[in-house]
Amino acid sequence: MVKTLIRVLLLLSVALNLPIAQANNKSLILTGSSTIAPLAMEIAKRYESQHPGVRIDVQMGGSSRGINDARLGLTDIGMVSRALKPTEQDLTAFLIAMDGIGIILHKSNEVNTLSDAQIIDIYTGKINNWQQLGGSDLPITVVNKAEGRSTLELFLKHFTLKNSQIKAQVVIGENQQGIKTVAGNPNAIGYVSIGTAEYEQTLGTAIKLLPMAGQIATVESVAKGYYPLSRQLNLVVNATPTGLLRRFIDFAQSAEVRDLIDAQFFVAPLKMDSNSG
Amino acid sequence: MLSNSNRIDRRLNGLLLSMVCVTALLLALIVLFLLSEAWPFFANREPDGTWLQLFYRQNWYPLEGQFGMAPMILSSLAVTAGAVSLALPLGLGSAIFLQFYAPPRSAQGFRLLLNVLAGIPSVVFGLWGLTRLVPLITSWQPPGASLLAAIIVLALMILPTIALTSASSLASVPKEMLTGSMALGLRRNTQILHVILPAARAGINSGVLLATARALGETLAVLMVAGNVVQFPSGLFEPVRVLTANIALEMAYAMGDHRASLFASGLLLTLLVWLLSWFAHRVNQVNNREIRGG
Amino acid sequence: MADRIFSGLLFSCALLVVSSLLWVLSDVVLQGAVHFNWQFLFAAPSNAGRDGGIGPILVSTLWLLLIALTVALPLGLGVAIWLSEFAQSNSRLASSTGISLDILAGVPSIVYGLFGNAFFSIYLGLGFSLLSGGLTLACMILPVFVRTCEVGLRAVTDDWRRGALALGMTRSAAIWHILLPAARPAIVAGLILSIGRATAETAALLFTSGYVDRMPGSLLDSGRALAVHIYDLSMNITGGDGAAYASALVLVTLIIALNTLAQGLVDSWFKQRLKIA
Repeated sequence: MVKTLIRVLLLLSVALNLPIAQANNKSLILTGSSTIAPLAMEIAKRYESQHPGVRIDVQMGGSSRGINDARLGLTDIGMVSRALKPTEQDLTAFLIAMDGIGIILHKSNEVNTLSDAQIIDIYTGKINNWQQLGGSDLPITVVNKAEGRSTLELFLKHFTLKNSQIKAQVVIGENQQGIKTVAGNPNAIGYVSIGTAEYEQTLGTAIKLLPMAGQIATVESVAKGYYPLSRQLNLVVNATPTGLLRRFIDFAQSAEVRDLIDAQFFVAPLKMDSNSG
Repeated sequence: MLSNSNRIDRRLNGLLLSMVCVTALLLALIVLFLLSEAWPFFANREPDGTWLQLFYRQNWYPLEGQFGMAPMILSSLAVTAGAVSLALPLGLGSAIFLQFYAPPRSAQGFRLLLNVLAGIPSVVFGLWGLTRLVPLITSWQPPGASLLAAIIVLALMILPTIALTSASSLASVPKEMLTGSMALGLRRNTQILHVILPAARAGINSGVLLATARALGETLAVLMVAGNVVQFPSGLFEPVRVLTANIALEMAYAMGDHRASLFASGLLLTLLVWLLSWFAHRVNQVNNREIRGG
Repeated sequence: MADRIFSGLLFSCALLVVSSLLWVLSDVVLQGAVHFNWQFLFAAPSNAGRDGGIGPILVSTLWLLLIALTVALPLGLGVAIWLSEFAQSNSRLASSTGISLDILAGVPSIVYGLFGNAFFSIYLGLGFSLLSGGLTLACMILPVFVRTCEVGLRAVTDDWRRGALALGMTRSAAIWHILLPAARPAIVAGLILSIGRATAETAALLFTSGYVDRMPGSLLDSGRALAVHIYDLSMNITGGDGAAYASALVLVTLIIALNTLAQGLVDSWFKQRLKIA
């Protein structure tokens, strides 16, 4: 009995051999938006491979968590998938990518374009059948995003709506849920990240992107600044970064991670174009 | 000799008591945590009790200051009730089949299937629901993501719990009861329904309570298939949002009062489960009294 | 005649259950098999998990399970034994413990995650770590395990307890040599349900053991559980469905292996020491 206890204790002491270190020259922690997390993780892995001995951990928790943690110093970098609000000017944001937001319909839907006014009418429930827009006699299933998400906030701002005005039939959380919902429902309309939707289209998923205000919804048009609706993906810190923090942020904003941004179907911010070959 | 055995037993009793205290402490900690996080919401509302709007208001637009949880409370109850009423007969039937009717090899396979499904993450059930069940329901009656979808997915998730705990209870009934009822010349179904089942009732009830609690607390799967529109459950094919899905959807982006109100809903759920458990205990007590005396 | 209706009803019930469960499972197996290869089990994830494998994630998952079971099993068994053997039938402590367990069983998993984060990660200072996640998991599986074992122990007929008393055995000896072996099926059931609950848990682990998909170096490192990985790939990462299903396939196999192990372990711990007539 005692012997087993000793053995267990020894095992534990071996297992617990690392004290937690934070914000020193060897490690960084990032928390925040789940949208940015995969991209941040890939950038972190590439940085780690170029600088052995450095350790960068990425955790999720949402944009609000990112802001909160950065403010309180609980994390080194907060990941925030929107621009900073006026109340958040005590923090500094570093833009690493852009993400366009496009309207998607089911592939089989006969409607191919929608004007801004029509989109507003659909989402406020004034138009509720595809027939009214030149399509088949099918009820419209409106897919909206949950409150607080930056995608929703940008959508509302762009169309000057309030969330209480929207009459939705399905409310989703993550982008993928939106895509799968629309792909499984011939009457659905929703809005998701353009890069994601473009990729899913190439995979054959039953959705199609609609142009907005005459601009086609592609990653390219977002990159060139033509497309009207897009959101910022930011790394947020609460003080001027120095040391490892500075180096990592510079790395994340450099042209070296351009391919990683593309691989996650986001859009590299314009100023990177001047560096690429 | 006697004092020796008393000492060992007393030591064991002491050790076990300390374990029990740890369990009680755990619950206290969780409730305390929920209270402390939810407190700002209650404190910030004027003392005239506008936090009560959680219960009667119909609109949930927290970013605009409207915190009506009534539709979500009813939706949680509706989804849970629906799932349990579907899973209970199916689970119990499967358990009886497993214990008394299935040939040994099939029983093993069936049991394995149930074991495996008890461990599948809710996200997998949710994914199946979203990509297979919801389109199916959509072709029948849009929008597809609905109360019905949530009930079916949830029922499938809690079914293994009910089936396995019931089968385990049925197996624990002393063999003499079965042989005795056979000797009395009772028909098979009477043996099971009127002798074995009542004997296993405590265990089955326990399993059902576990499953109901699990259903009430299930988050991801319901979030993916229920539609998540905040409204009173008005029909099987209408979308609903349950309290747990609400917490999951909004917690990541909520700040201040909004965040506190989400913790308040967590507290509410805990209260609901407490009521449920209290009710089940009362039912148990009544049952025991029946068996003993009446 | 009534017998035949009864058995027919039961048979069709079982058939319905089996076919619906197989429907869910077949999706996992068929789509997962497409993406799976043996390297998948050992390689580290790359390209945000879409390529590479789940090696480090499997290791993290097994560690989480080990921690959770090591804490919850003795504790749970102890509480079950106390409730069944030592508590007075109308004692307040017994009934309030019973109710506490029922409530704990119903706390939403996301609340456990937030609690685990606040208590284990922040208050106890464990941070995002395997230890934090494992302890949170232990809290979650405790009620399930206690309830199932308690029921099993209570179902053992009192004749055996009286027999043990007549033989002059101490309570403790009676429990160890007679009652626990007799309650073995229930303990196995409890163990299997606990393992199931632990492997299935997603929301709670997201906030406690975290998102990092690196091979954990110690118990204080953050590590991604398999269920969290599946969630990330299917809901957060574009084009991650193939890897998600393959991971789910591995999870199913893991559950089968663990269940077999559980059966064997309990059988050997609580060997039948007295033959039943």
